Formats: sequence, C-alpha cells, structure tokens
Amino acid sequence: MSKERIGVYVCHCGTNIAGVVDVEEVAQWAAGRLKDRGVVIARDYKFMCSSLGQEMIAKDIHELGLTRVVVAACSPHLHEQTFRTACKRGGLNPYLCELVSIREQVSWVHTNKIAATYKAEAVVSGGVERVLQQVPLEPLHVPIHPATLVVGGGIAGIQAALEIADAGYHVYLVEREPSIGGHMAQFDKTFPTLDCAACILTPKMVSIGTHPNVTMLTWSEVERVDGYVGNFTVTVRKKARYVNTELCTGCGICQEKCPKKVVDDIFEAGLGYRKAVYTPFPQAVPKFPVIDRDNCIYYEKGTCRACEKLCPTGAIEFNQKDEILTLQVGNIVLATGYDLFDPRRNPHYGYGRLANVFTSLEFERLSNAAGPTDGKLVLRDGITEPRTVGIIHCVGSRDRYFNNYCSAICCMQSLKFAHLLKEHTGATVYNFYIDMRTPAKAYDEFYQRVLSEGVLFVRGRVAEVTDAARLRGEEGKLIIQVEDTLAGKQRRIPVDMVVLAAGLQPRHDAKDVAKLFGISCSSDGWLTERHPKLDPVATMTEGIFIAGCVQGPKDIPASVAQGAAASARILGRIHQGEIALEPIRASVDADKCSGCRICNDLCPFNAITFHADRMVTEINPALCQGCGTCVAACPAAAISGTMFSNEQILAQIEGLLLLNLNPERAVTYASEAVAA
Amino acid sequence: MTEAFEPVIVGFTCNWCSYRAADLAGTARIKYPPNIRLIRLMCSGRLDPTFVFKAFSSGADGVMITGCHPGECHYVEQNYKAMRRFILLQRTLAQFGIEPRRVRLVWASAAEGHRLAEEITNMVEEVRQLGPLNWPTAPDGVQVTRSVEAI
Ligand SMILES: Cc1cc2nc3c(=O)[nH]c(=O)nc-3n(C[C@H](O)[C@H](O)[C@H](O)COP(=O)(O)OP(=O)(O)OC[C@H]3O[C@@H](n4cnc5c(N)ncnc54)[C@H](O)[C@@H]3O)c2cc1C
Ligand code: SF4
Ligand code: SF4
Ligand code: FES
Repeated sequence: MSKERIGVYVCHCGTNIAGVVDVEEVAQWAAGRLKDRGVVIARDYKFMCSSLGQEMIAKDIHELGLTRVVVAACSPHLHEQTFRTACKRGGLNPYLCELVSIREQVSWVHTNKIAATYKAEAVVSGGVERVLQQVPLEPLHVPIHPATLVVGGGIAGIQAALEIADAGYHVYLVEREPSIGGHMAQFDKTFPTLDCAACILTPKMVSIGTHPNVTMLTWSEVERVDGYVGNFTVTVRKKARYVNTELCTGCGICQEKCPKKVVDDIFEAGLGYRKAVYTPFPQAVPKFPVIDRDNCIYYEKGTCRACEKLCPTGAIEFNQKDEILTLQVGNIVLATGYDLFDPRRNPHYGYGRLANVFTSLEFERLSNAAGPTDGKLVLRDGITEPRTVGIIHCVGSRDRYFNNYCSAICCMQSLKFAHLLKEHTGATVYNFYIDMRTPAKAYDEFYQRVLSEGVLFVRGRVAEVTDAARLRGEEGKLIIQVEDTLAGKQRRIPVDMVVLAAGLQPRHDAKDVAKLFGISCSSDGWLTERHPKLDPVATMTEGIFIAGCVQGPKDIPASVAQGAAASARILGRIHQGEIALEPIRASVDADKCSGCRICNDLCPFNAITFHADRMVTEINPALCQGCGTCVAACPAAAISGTMFSNEQILAQIEGLLLLNLNPERAVTYASEAVAA
Repeated sequence: MTEAFEPVIVGFTCNWCSYRAADLAGTARIKYPPNIRLIRLMCSGRLDPTFVFKAFSSGADGVMITGCHPGECHYVEQNYKAMRRFILLQRTLAQFGIEPRRVRLVWASAAEGHRLAEEITNMVEEVRQLGPLNWPTAPDGVQVTRSVEAI
C-alpha cells in the first residue's frame, strides 16, 4: 500500500484517443487495479489540455490532497509543460506529474480496440510506478551570455543580426563567402512587387557593416561549438584574405589589374568571370577583396604579384595566415540557406549539354543590370535575343526521383521571369507547370497580371527538352515535349531558350552543420524545428535557433520573418538574464564512489572530474547535460540521474508489464495487419 | 500454442531521436502491432543492462533498444557506448540461455517513424517465432534486484 495519493487522468482527445481506446474502461481499471499503488482518483475527460481539464487537476490536488499526478494523453513533447504548470497551480511540485502517451503510442498506431485499451492500461500502470519514484525538483537556472552568434549572412541572417544589434546587444555574424548578402544579392527584381533586390538589400548590408554592435566575420567558418545554452564557446576559422583590411580602401585596382580570370560559379552562377583577387559584386560588404589561393598565379608559379605592386596602400599580404577566434555567446542562430537543385541530375532537360538551357539562378544573373550581360536577356552566344522561351516549373521538386517536396518559390519566380521576358524582349513565353502555387499575399494577383500580359501556360510535366528536330519549324530550336493535360494531347513546342525553375535543396553540408551544432535534420536534410507549427524557429537544442531556408524552402518575406522571430526569442532570454532548464542532471554520491574511475572518460562534456586527493569522482552540474551514460556505467551505483533514476526506470518496467503477470487479465488478441 | 502467443516487448527510446520517431509514427498514423511498450530515456547511453534483465524477469519476451544513428547522438557519441554495451549484453544473455535475438538494437532518427514501425513489426514477428521466454519470475525463480551489484 502506497503512502502517496495519485490522481490518474485519461484524455479522450476528442475522438483521437477515445475512438480507439476505451478511455472510461482505462480510468475505471486504474481506479480499481491500481488502488493499492496509491491511485485515489481516476477520471477521463474530453480534452485534458483545455483550461477545464487543467483546472480539474488543480482542484483535485487541493481537495483530495494528491501527491502525484499521471496524465494519459498525447506525447510529453507536446504537453508535458502544460500539465506540469497545471500541477504547479494546484500547489504540487511540477516534476511530480507524469505524462504518458496513449495517443502517438497507442490510439494513432493501433487499430484493434481491445489490444489498444489493454496497452493503454499497461502504459498508465508504467506511469504510476514511475511517478511513485519521482522526487520533487527545481528547475536549474543558467545565466545567459548577452552576445549572439548568427551563422550565414543571407537575408535571414542579416535580419536576425540587425534586430539583436539594434536592441543593443552584440552579434557575431559569420559568413562563409567574402561578402554577406546570400542568394538575394544575385537577383535583379523580387516578386511580387518587382522591387529591385539591391535597392532593398544593400542598405541592410551596409547597416551590418557599420553597426557598432556587429562583428562581421566574412570568409570565415565555425569549426567547433562547446558548451550549452547561455554559455557557448565557438571556435571560428577566419580564412586568410591575403588583404590587410586595415589598409585596404576597397578601391578595386587589384581586381582590375589581376591577370587571372576565373569562372565565377557562385555569385555569377557560372555565367560570368571574376579575378583571382575579387569581391563577388560591387556592393559587397565588406568592400575588401580576397585572394582565391587556388587560382592565384603567384601561389601556383611563384611570380606575378601584380596586385601587390599596384595596390596604392600596400594592403596585399601574401604571407597572411588563417586566424582562429574563440567567441563566447549565449545563443546561436543558424541561417545558412539553401543550394539550388543541380538540373544535370535530370538529363532529360539537357542542362549542361544544350547550350540554351539555363537554370533559374543563371537567368537571375542575365536579367541583373549589373550582371555579365548588363541585364540583356540573351542566348548563350551573348547577343541573340530569344523570340520564344519555355520556362519549366518543378525541376527536381515534386518529383519522386529527386525531391518529393514543393520548393515553394519556383512558381512565383517563373512568373517573375515571364514578366521580365515580356517586358524586355516581347518574346513569346510558355510556362510549363504541374499546378500553379501562388498562396501568399499579392501573389495570385501577380499571376493574374502575368496572365493578362499574354504569357502562355501549358499544364503538364515536361518529358524532354531536345535539339533533335523532327518537324518543320523545329530546325535549330530546342523542342519541348510535353503532355498538355488540359488539352489531353502530346505537344512539341519549339523555343529558342529554356529556363529551368530548379528547386531549392538543403545545403550540401547541411548534415555536417546540424551535427556541429548538435541539432537534427529531416530526411530531406532541412534542419528540424522544435515544433512544425507552434515553434518554427527554435530547435530541440536549447539556445540554437534556425531562420530562413535552412529550415525549408521559403520566400524572402518568410525568411525575414523567421530571422526576426529568432532574434525576438533570443532578446527575451537576454532580457531575463537567465533561463530555466530541466533539472536532468547526474550526481555522484561520494560515500558510494569507490574511485574506480570507470565513468571518468565517458562524458563528452567533460563534466566528470576525479579528485585524486579524496579518491572520489565529482560531476559539475553546469556542464552535465543529463544523458545518463555515466549513471548506467557506474558499477557501484554511486551516480544517480534526476528524472531518469534507476528506481524510476526499473519501476516503470515493472508497471508496464503488470498486465502480463496478472493471469485473469491475460487476454490474447489477433496481431494487427500493418499498413507498411 | 505459438498461434495464440502474443509476445510483449519493452522498447527503450532516446528522447531526441527514436522517441520522436515514435511520435512521428503516431502523427503520420503508421500502424504497428500493439505488442511493444515504450520507455523514454534521455539517450541510448543511459541504458543500463540491468534494465534489460529487469524487463525479462518481469515478463517481457523481447527488448528493443533504440537511439539516434551513429554520429547523430544528441550527446555526441553516447550511442557508441550503447552499441558496445549491446554487444556485451547479447553475449551475457546467451550465457543465461536467452536467445540473443530477443534483444535488438535499432537506430532511428526523428524523421524515421516508418523505419521504427517496420523494425517493431519485424521484431514482434521474430519474437513470436521464438515463443514465450518464460523466464522464472519472483518469488520462485531468479530475481533481479534493483541494484546493479546483483549481476
Ligand atoms: C532563382 C530564384 C529566384 C528567387 N526570387 C525570389 C523573389 O523574387 N522573391 C522572394 O521573396 N524570394 C525569391 N527567392 C527565394 C529567396 O532566394 C530565399 O527566400 C532567400 O534568399 C532565403 O534567404 P536565406 O538567408 O535563408 O538563405 P541564403 O540566401 O541562401 O543565405 C545563406 C547565407 O549563408 C551562407 N552560408 C551557408 N553555409 C554557411 C556556413 N556553413 N557558414 C557560414 N555561412 C554559410 C551563404 O554563403 C549565404 O550567404 C528566389 C530563389 C531563387 C532560387
Ligand atoms: S564509476 Fe562510479 S565508482 Fe567509479 S569513479 Fe565513477 S562514480 Fe566513482
Ligand atoms: S550524465 Fe554523466 S556522462 Fe552524461 S553529461 Fe552528465 S556527467 Fe556527462
Ligand atoms: S540522444 Fe539519441 S542516442 Fe544519444
């Protein structure tokens, strides 16, 4: 007979749980069978998480003197906090509440009602046993270092950095390329308003460059992250620029005089050239160039040094070395963006083989007044204007051979291209689409406008782009073979130019970045948010936030909103000065520790130290992250871990298996067919 | 006998990957047999082999240990430690006369609800084939106490 007084609350979740699990039966069973385990009340209720449900718990704590609470409902990752708060309101230590999942782990995954009810009872029994072993705890309070690290200087990272800097706190902005700006800096116009990208982006870039609260680290990468929320230590490699930024005035003579031309695969998307010493574009922030060591003649042959000779301020320094910086920050925003899908992976569209097939980013550079053709929309020969153009949507997106997801921006970007082509060349423009997706503010209006401009739309996924002419009028053209699903027939449409609306993809190194910062990515490779609807910018790791396309394909307004949202979250924490963390920590009972040192090498956070003078091991609670590996390893059972103690887990195992050991309840049930 | 036999499996999950895979299996309404009952740990590295013995001695027919993929552990590398313990555990179980196939180690990322459900389905079938464990339980048989010294 337990001395504790436990309340059990079984949620219907509308019909989400009650449709499969007999919730009344579960409550009745708990009240009866678990009475000698201390259950004094067991109720079922439509929505436990509603305010009425929560009040019910608080009221029972008061009136019935409950000392423990078990809620059988959804996943603790969804509502653990809700029910803990309810218990706290009722006057109970919030950690004496256990939420067990009978929705995600029972009603949503099983169909046999008897078996599901039976399992739900076992799960409740496990929760009851576990909560009996629980002890009252207090959250840990950790101070927050007021500086923030933002990784990635695209529009999302820029926005995040500016919000925090404007609020008066220090930001380090780490960008891999020589300049901040990201993809947006490559564009000419932005949908749906057709603002000039540079006009709206450049002022923000300049603010970053001149802001007293921003330390901008371009041509740099994060190499290591130690510590935890509130107190990260970040190691950054600042690659050698070979240009002394104290002396350089950004006059650009070095770039002008450098004899080595290099195809610019990044900023010019392969369409244009840069020099071996370069800034990616004229409005680059910072204005200082870098020497690309792999292409520099001096590093290859030992002679040249044209830039050094001609630099008026003597800023070129061939012997510069990479610098390693160590930063202390309290929070981190990852805004590393996306890569464009490589359309070479779909050989049917001929990219890389047929000269006049372009990617969307190439088209952006063509249309950009500061681009390689000075904004002239011309074929690969650099002079001929196309008379007809085909824009193919969903290249690499919504395609089970490549990416299943929709890249979200390509319909609008294709409409933008169609409009620009009409405006600048008057060409006949076809859009080949699967569905038109224009869901955001002023987007469908833009579609209507482009329709009224006489752009042609063909619904159907393009089968092939070829230069093999079969019919009259096809000679010398690119022929688009498509099933027009509205007309219900195959069509061959000859055009001069094809633009592939290639989808957005996670950065090629997204998995490494996720690992470096201790967060996870989806199977596609987008970094995972804490909650897909309610917490899109936080991650499962405290203190690490994500913003922009690193989280999934999205347009500029959404990227900006996420950058601002992430910084709002961080500012809130900086203002509070500290954060409350789950008190999941390991500690050593010095009397039990035999000094064997088995645990000493197990901790990845170096939380464990051995005191040779006293021959005992100690754990630093500020460094321990609560994984429990040392707890499991200690042969003397000297280490215990709060919230996941041996007692709790062993008791939960026993509780979960209670029904098996109880012969009169030993029902059998047909195993369920699995929809695989 | 084997036809009516419904094995009971205890599954250990880690808070960051495999528990979330189970959540995802739920939200995606992927079905798997109800023979498994899950316990959440913070990390697969928390898995003390005693837990496995406890599960068997309390009536489980199989134990599934799950965690993040190697290299993806939230605590850097603790799942490698779980992997080493798992190998030792299988040997020890064999010495106790328990088929090593009654314990299974599964890596499932937070995105792999499908994979977790599939592994559960396979394991339930495999243990069904093996039949009940029938490990003598307290009070007549072996008793696994709550302290680690006992093993
Ligand atoms: C062809 C095309 C046209 C588009 N046109 C429009 C439009 O008209 N309107 C609109 O709203 N949206 C448009 N978009 C979408 C738009 O590009 C994105 O919404 C936006 O650029 C996302 O910004 P971001 O900051 O998340 O990512 P990015 O712009 O990709 O910026 C990420 C930055 O992080 C840096 N970085 C990456 N990895 C690291 C690392 N490990 N360490 C340090 N730095 C790193 C990168 O160098 C880059 O500077 C278009 C997209 C395409 C492909
Ligand atoms: S493993 Fe246990 S007994 Fe050995 S040093 Fe660590 S705490 Fe002490
Ligand atoms: S539980 Fe032990 S091994 Fe894990 S982080 Fe804490 S001290 Fe380190
Ligand atoms: S956190 Fe999942 S295995 Fe370590």
